[in-house]
Amino acid sequence: MSIQLHNIAKHFGRTQALEPIDLDIQDGELVGLLGPSGSGKTTLLRIIAGLESADTAPTAGRILFGERDVTHVHVRDRRIGFVFQHYALFRHMSVFDNVAFGLTVMPRRERPSKGEIRARVLRLLEMVQLAHLADRLPAQLSGGQQQRVSLARALAVEPDVLLLDEPFGALDAKVRQELRRWLRRLHEELGFTSVFVTHDQEEALELSDRVVVMSNGRIEQIDTPEALYRAPKNRFVFEFLGEVNHLEGRVQDGMLRCGDAQLNVNLPDGDEELLLRPHEVRLAPSFESGVHLPVTVTAISLVGAEVRVELEADWLAAPWLATVRHADFERLKIHRGQRLYAHPRQWHRFKDETARPRQAPAS
Amino acid sequence: MRRVGDAPAIRRLLITAAVLLSALFLLLPLVAIFAQAFSQGVAVFWTNVSNVYTLHAIGLTLVIALLTIPVCLVFGVALAWLVTRFRFPGRRILQTLIDIPFAVSPVVAGLVYLLLYGRGGWIGSFLDGHDIQLMFAWPGILMVTIFVTCPFVARELIPLMQAQGTREEEAAVTLGASGFTTFRRVTLPNIKWALLYGVILTNARAVGEFGAVSVVSGAIRGQTNTLPLHLEQLYQDYNAVGAFSSAALLALIALLTLAAKAALQWRATRREAFS
Repeated sequence: MSIQLHNIAKHFGRTQALEPIDLDIQDGELVGLLGPSGSGKTTLLRIIAGLESADTAPTAGRILFGERDVTHVHVRDRRIGFVFQHYALFRHMSVFDNVAFGLTVMPRRERPSKGEIRARVLRLLEMVQLAHLADRLPAQLSGGQQQRVSLARALAVEPDVLLLDEPFGALDAKVRQELRRWLRRLHEELGFTSVFVTHDQEEALELSDRVVVMSNGRIEQIDTPEALYRAPKNRFVFEFLGEVNHLEGRVQDGMLRCGDAQLNVNLPDGDEELLLRPHEVRLAPSFESGVHLPVTVTAISLVGAEVRVELEADWLAAPWLATVRHADFERLKIHRGQRLYAHPRQWHRFKDETARPRQAPAS
Repeated sequence: MRRVGDAPAIRRLLITAAVLLSALFLLLPLVAIFAQAFSQGVAVFWTNVSNVYTLHAIGLTLVIALLTIPVCLVFGVALAWLVTRFRFPGRRILQTLIDIPFAVSPVVAGLVYLLLYGRGGWIGSFLDGHDIQLMFAWPGILMVTIFVTCPFVARELIPLMQAQGTREEEAAVTLGASGFTTFRRVTLPNIKWALLYGVILTNARAVGEFGAVSVVSGAIRGQTNTLPLHLEQLYQDYNAVGAFSSAALLALIALLTLAAKAALQWRATRREAFS
């Protein structure tokens, strides 16, 4: 079921939590709401769910599920599934009763028979691989298991849309990774329309068909993960989606200078700030004409697919981070205290609030 | 390394002090009550207890307690629900108001009720015109008892409901549950132990209340005398054994209440340990 939001805004007292927002979510889409805390993403999700109501003045917004206008429909009649960050399982009920809850509270006319409920719940528990724990209480399960129960509970009522509020936020890294993959698979299998909230850019980029980046109650950009990463619309999106190195300086005659650092740039004269991702910084033992960025290695982290090298220099306000392939790391014999030269493979600039990656000359 | 406050000398001193004080101030009086009550034998005790006025006092006390509990239960749950589940102006003030019956001396409470609902009072004079008498009758006793006991249930529930938050209820509603179903199947099971505990405290206080009741009851023997008032009258009449027989009854009710409370706590901790 598609979701359409028109002109949805929200105030809490005098503070504006959401500026008027329009958002179209396609049928079967998995959309991530990404933003730092206080960006309004959870508020937006709760408004879609009906757990929070949008402003009605000055102009009332509208929420549509498919053709159905649900703006004034109560949560319990919206046919949504909601998964809470801290699971919100009914602590005094067994896993089975938790999942069955939505079915047992249906009006008598629509309620499936006892046997049917039992069969459905067991099927769902099998789907989340927890059938063997059906009689346990929530407190006897691990966080990951509880979240799977919570998901099964939400899916039991066959909701039109599934809404997840930081579903993996309270779990440790490994379980989170596992559950993400598993949610993705489940979504492909069942094809439900789903919106989830996260502050973890990796999670948003990995899971979503499209990502809605939010800050300060505003939508900054809506795009596919790839487009978002390759062409961030503004500086906020660029900075939020990954680690960033800053290079500030003054451009004169096509040369950016900052202390004893120099970089050939094809830009008009004036103050500039260039942004680089860690993988866009190449390290070499020598400098080239037009690229003179001397740095000192201050820290090395070998864990992971690439070596993370922290760099400092007099001309840098904050240290840079560069990722280096293990092969290059060994070839350059990088060690702490070593002096090297940084070579930007590419850099970004958001002077006029648009992303424009540029190839660095002579790289 | 020794932990703070774990010096053996200090520990022994504190334990001795605690045991000594408990024995002196709690246990000894309790023993004394029963000793006095049975000082002239079981037969005399029984005669005193089965005295028609004593029986009436017991009956009235229990009826008042039985009427008070449901009122406080409903009031307490509603208030706790209101304060923990909604945000509205005046919420803080309301939470403070709940404590007034605790803060005010029961005698003062009784006097205020007398002032308002007595024959010459603002509301009382109107009621008197319609031949309704509240003060110096059982309705008055009930009213002040409710006044002094009404915070117990709410006080037990509010911190618990605040700690539990609203997530489970929200979850229930997203799954299609109606407000009543949510309360019955999600909220109530989560608060039932605190609720029972609140009822036990309410009961203890309702049975034992003296100050407020003594002001509004009139203490008419066989009519408006509750057990604590009856006890005091007997004592004033130099009937020590009779007074202590009633005291023994009150102490017995208190002990039963405490036993019930301990049993509940034991069950609750066992449940927690189990899960």
